[in-house]
Amino acid sequence: EFRRFSLERSKPGKFEEFYGLLQHVHKIPNVDVLVGYTDIHGDLLPINNDDNYHKAVSTANPLLRIFIQRKEDADYSAFGTDTMTRKKNVLSNVLRPDNHKKKPHIVISMPQDFRPVSSIIDVDILPETHRRVRLYKYGTDKPLGFYIRDGSSVRVTSHGLERVPGIFISRLVPGGLAQSTGLLAVNDEVLEVNGIEVSGKSLDQVTDMMIANSRNLIITVRPANQRNNVVRNSRTSGSSGQSTESSLPSSTPNILANFLQGEEESDEEDIVIEGSGEPQQIPKATPTSESLESLTQIELLHESTQNGFLPSSEVNLNHSAGNVSMEYEVQEPDHKSLEEDGTIITL
Amino acid sequence: MRRFLRPGHDPVRERLKRDLFQFNKTVEHGFPHQPSALGYSPFLHLMAIGTRSGAIKLYGAPGVEFMGLHEENNTVMQIHFIPDQCQLVTLLDDNSLHLWSLKQHSGASELREEHRFTLKGPPGSPPSATQITAVLPHSSREVLYLGTESGNIFVVELPAFRVLEDRTITSEAVLQRVPEDYCNRRACELVEALREHPKNPDQILIGYSRGLIVLWDLQNNKVTHHFLGSQQLENLYWQRDGTKFISCHYDGSYTQWPVSSDNRQPEPLENVVPYGPFPCKAISKIYWQTTKNGLPYIIFQGGMPRASYGDRHSISVIHGSQQTAFDFTSRVIDFFIIFSSEPTADFDDPSAMVVLAEEELVVIDLKTAGWPAVHPPYLASLHCSAITCSHHVSNIPLKLWERIISAGSKQNIHYSSMPWPIDGGTNIAPDPPQRDLLLTGHEDGTVRFWDASGVCLHLLYKLSTVRVFLTDADPNDNMNTLGEDEWPPLRKVGTFDPYSDDPRLGIQKIYLCKYSGYLTVAGTAGQVLVMELNDEDAEHVVDHAEADLLQDQEGYRWKGHEKLKTRDGPVRFEAGFQPFVLVQCQPPAVVTSLALHSEWKLVAFGTSHGFGLFDHQQKRLVFVKCTLHPSDQLALEGPLSRVKSLKKSLRQSFRRIRRSRVSSRKRRGGSGNTSEVREANAKFDQDALQEMELAPVQRKIEARSAEDSFTGFVRTLYFADTFLRDSSRHCPSLWAGTNGGTVYAFCLRVPPAERRMDEPVRAEQAKEIQLMHRAPVVGILVLDGRSTPLPEPLEVAHDLSKSPDMQGSHQLLVVSEEQFKVFTLPKVSSKLKLKLTALEGCRVRKVTVANFGSCKTDDYSENDLAVLTNLGDIQIISLPFLKLQIRYPCIRKEDVSGIASCVFTKYGQGFYLISPSEFERFSLSTKWLVEPRCVVDMPEITSNNHVQNKSGMENAARKPRSSGDYGEDERKSGRLMEHALLNDEKVLKEIQSTLEGGR
Repeated sequence: EFRRFSLERSKPGKFEEFYGLLQHVHKIPNVDVLVGYTDIHGDLLPINNDDNYHKAVSTANPLLRIFIQRKEDADYSAFGTDTMTRKKNVLSNVLRPDNHKKKPHIVISMPQDFRPVSSIIDVDILPETHRRVRLYKYGTDKPLGFYIRDGSSVRVTSHGLERVPGIFISRLVPGGLAQSTGLLAVNDEVLEVNGIEVSGKSLDQVTDMMIANSRNLIITVRPANQRNNVVRNSRTSGSSGQSTESSLPSSTPNILANFLQGEEESDEEDIVIEGSGEPQQIPKATPTSESLESLTQIELLHESTQNGFLPSSEVNLNHSAGNVSMEYEVQEPDHKSLEEDGTIITL
Repeated sequence: MRRFLRPGHDPVRERLKRDLFQFNKTVEHGFPHQPSALGYSPFLHLMAIGTRSGAIKLYGAPGVEFMGLHEENNTVMQIHFIPDQCQLVTLLDDNSLHLWSLKQHSGASELREEHRFTLKGPPGSPPSATQITAVLPHSSREVLYLGTESGNIFVVELPAFRVLEDRTITSEAVLQRVPEDYCNRRACELVEALREHPKNPDQILIGYSRGLIVLWDLQNNKVTHHFLGSQQLENLYWQRDGTKFISCHYDGSYTQWPVSSDNRQPEPLENVVPYGPFPCKAISKIYWQTTKNGLPYIIFQGGMPRASYGDRHSISVIHGSQQTAFDFTSRVIDFFIIFSSEPTADFDDPSAMVVLAEEELVVIDLKTAGWPAVHPPYLASLHCSAITCSHHVSNIPLKLWERIISAGSKQNIHYSSMPWPIDGGTNIAPDPPQRDLLLTGHEDGTVRFWDASGVCLHLLYKLSTVRVFLTDADPNDNMNTLGEDEWPPLRKVGTFDPYSDDPRLGIQKIYLCKYSGYLTVAGTAGQVLVMELNDEDAEHVVDHAEADLLQDQEGYRWKGHEKLKTRDGPVRFEAGFQPFVLVQCQPPAVVTSLALHSEWKLVAFGTSHGFGLFDHQQKRLVFVKCTLHPSDQLALEGPLSRVKSLKKSLRQSFRRIRRSRVSSRKRRGGSGNTSEVREANAKFDQDALQEMELAPVQRKIEARSAEDSFTGFVRTLYFADTFLRDSSRHCPSLWAGTNGGTVYAFCLRVPPAERRMDEPVRAEQAKEIQLMHRAPVVGILVLDGRSTPLPEPLEVAHDLSKSPDMQGSHQLLVVSEEQFKVFTLPKVSSKLKLKLTALEGCRVRKVTVANFGSCKTDDYSENDLAVLTNLGDIQIISLPFLKLQIRYPCIRKEDVSGIASCVFTKYGQGFYLISPSEFERFSLSTKWLVEPRCVVDMPEITSNNHVQNKSGMENAARKPRSSGDYGEDERKSGRLMEHALLNDEKVLKEIQSTLEGGR
């Protein structure tokens, strides 16, 4: 089944919206699907988050070929380099997976099925003895679950070795976020909180800073155990995008992730309830009232009810800026969307 | 984003900031904490008070004050002015002497330490050999006589403190001609008192503690008279003509001795035990003052019958048949008598007695029959009942000011009309630019109105809310009901009364509308009183209303204190602010926020359970809103009472410590006593230390959640006329912020004035904002279309403010402890934020909008936020862009009570408590500065005077104060030192950990 529709290249929107649009266009609202596209080299690459969605839209010229597979019978091996050249006909591959199935793959869920709980970041700019850990509190019910204390650490200064006061992790609560990541340990020295050095600050100040940043806490520590440090050059961390790890404590801590700094701003959005209505996330006021964000500009154009298509669609990217022709249905914001990014409804 | 919030480096703005902001601690108001010594200069008419923390403060005419701080922070034991000089000597408890002088700089006098000195004995001598017990500045102004524990008297030359060894008066020399049997019975022991002969500067009277008194001739270096006292000596006093002196003793007696050339070893003229015959306490100081009518004034401290009145702090005044024992509320540190210092006058003619008690200064008018007290213009006992809250109102309209003063004057009729007798120096500070009121709420249910316009914080009027309620205490309890023939004739003086009848009476929040004279106060037991200023006494019924803040929440039981019982029927109120309605919150938890809108006649109040709105015109409750989280058991049960009880027990232990310190006041009363106290204190320290060790110092890192305790605690309430629903119509609104980071906004419909009594006020919830960081909301503010904060109610009606811009879009500023956020209105979208805690690790404790005027141009002023953080820093943050302008360290971060007490004014000044009894005043503004600026006249010192004194002539150098020859000196503003205080850091920490332990 094929569908063809247009998207505005300059304002692709979010992956979730796109996903919703696809489901709508194909009238498969409750079917979990995997979305893939062919890049300029002919590789079949997945679309499962904002980043690769944006990448897909920006590299399309002008057609973006999208493949949709039912998740249950998806062929994960289909993705990857040279997929398109190797398999002359991706469609046949998709439609008749049995022909090409070489061996059963261990199914590792797509990253979007996980919620990041922690990550090590900025490995490339930090000394090897330090570790910068990001804890994602939002969306999880797990407590952060750690305690800090005063202590003293030894520093090399111009006067030789000197004892200076420092802040240390004193306790991890079993089952807490901090413990479950395996990235923090008792007696790790805390050096920074969200980019701000703690030296010279009191225990109470550091406590307040951590709590104030608790929804998106980035702490730089000098681990008490220096044996598990990231070894530089062991891996070229060119891969942008986020790598995440499962919440198993046994997982290896050497996972890299680089994040856009701007992401910090999205961590906490206050909620407003107007009158007796539904709670909503408070939007950011735009500098001028005319230039509305793309998200707020939702047009209900039900042009998707076109002739029958195969379960594969082509998106026509419309280059005429300002002419919004992206179409999808407005979703009623459920509670979950409030926690992340939501649409705005004025009641 | 963050980059733009950092202070910019725009040079124009930087220059403007210098013209706008400047931080100064300007003056300390109130009564010095832990005073330890008193001095007076009859020549300068200046009084000096020393404290246990090493501060020394000089006071003269109202507005004339100086302060100095000894580097050592040791207790000031004695203060002595150098006769006829602008100099004084202090003795600290580390046995060091310090010479201070008042010098003129830039036209204003300044107190400076000139020299310091510690007396050193010969090598190998015990420390007691040089432990100074008595100091006599000689009238020659050149030497100090220093009596010591060893009995030797050392002579040091001023101003350099050079020891004149050849002039030392040794106890051996004194004992040479003392009768053998007397000598055997008693050694000299320490020097208790040194007194110069009033007529002959070459003779000094030396009193030793065991009772021996000698008259020493400085010219011939020998004893001329021996007075063989049989009782342990406390003090000596010369009569004016030098023919007699009087000694007072440990057993509560005093003795008069004659001094004449014919009897070198006279017997006492009389020996009296004024409160005998049963054993009496020591008389520690005595005055014998002559008058024209022949009847002397005998004034002495102590001497009360040991068994029945031994605990009284008394000073007795006897004048002929009149006798009164003034009974002070706290220990008497010292006292002095103001009398005629004219050397030519034949009589002392005492006019006033000035008593420094531990907690207050009391001045008694001795000229007026009945010896009434004089109302002091400064050194007010702010803490006569513990301060529980304060509220500052700037720029009071003259009319209200006069009415408050008139109400206050009716309360002060029992005071003497005598002008303030300590009138040295000249206040040259410009008149305060406006009338400011500082209102303090107290634990005993009173509100005190202070004139905070100038340097002297002066009590204008005292309001008591107690009359509305029925309390256990009998109102006549504190009255002086002693009859005519009571013995001893005790009379209570002073206002210090720290013991509250009922802690529920305590005032927690105050709001005064300066335009309408409406005042609302709220207290510990959920009581909210609305009052109106009435110039006459009146008797009326106070209307009652109940606000059930738990309304539909079922099955909760309040375990805190009960509400106060109210008086039935009409109650008589004196002129002043008279309550007309009482709103009682249920449960009767502490009122945590309060707002009054005098134009709409509405009062809003909040507790840990919710908030309510009351229409005081119709006397009708408009609505209540419960903010309590259903699982918040702590708030339900009234845990604040637990904090209270801890505070109480802390206070009790303070009292205990204080009492034990009081008993050790006599440093030389045997070293055993002091060491005992020291041991007790050490033990106390140790216990506290052990408690600290039990609780490991670690902090839990956890995000705030909706389930935390006290999220429903209402922290702030705010009335605004703004665009709450749509951008075309504005309406009255009420805003409330909670501890859990929730902001509620209610749309109000207030009927127009002509139908105000007929139609009810209606309210409807319009918005609820939940800050995701869930920090307590401490401030809410609406900015108008020009980004100016909305004016106060009635401000526009009185033409004192531009009417707000109702055209442009309004903005809402929400200040939480962690962040400042600006939202648009009526559609709430976030516009700007400043994440203070995430960046700096400090939290907002107090925040106010303040107007800063430029010191360079009169026509420029701007509104900024003045913020005090939990680290004691003050920050100024611009409006509406939330840029940090400047930061000053102000209060030590350990001083939680100081930080909690801070109150900002509308024009960039502020006050905070540096001790229970003192406000430090500070200024953030270059334009509005209230600080002492005064001049003390220099005496004319001629060589002639020196010769006169040296040659043993009469002490004629004493001149009346001449005013006005200070003109040509350099000018420089007075320097003020910060006061060292609150040594009990661990106690503060303990309070802090208790208060913050919950999180």
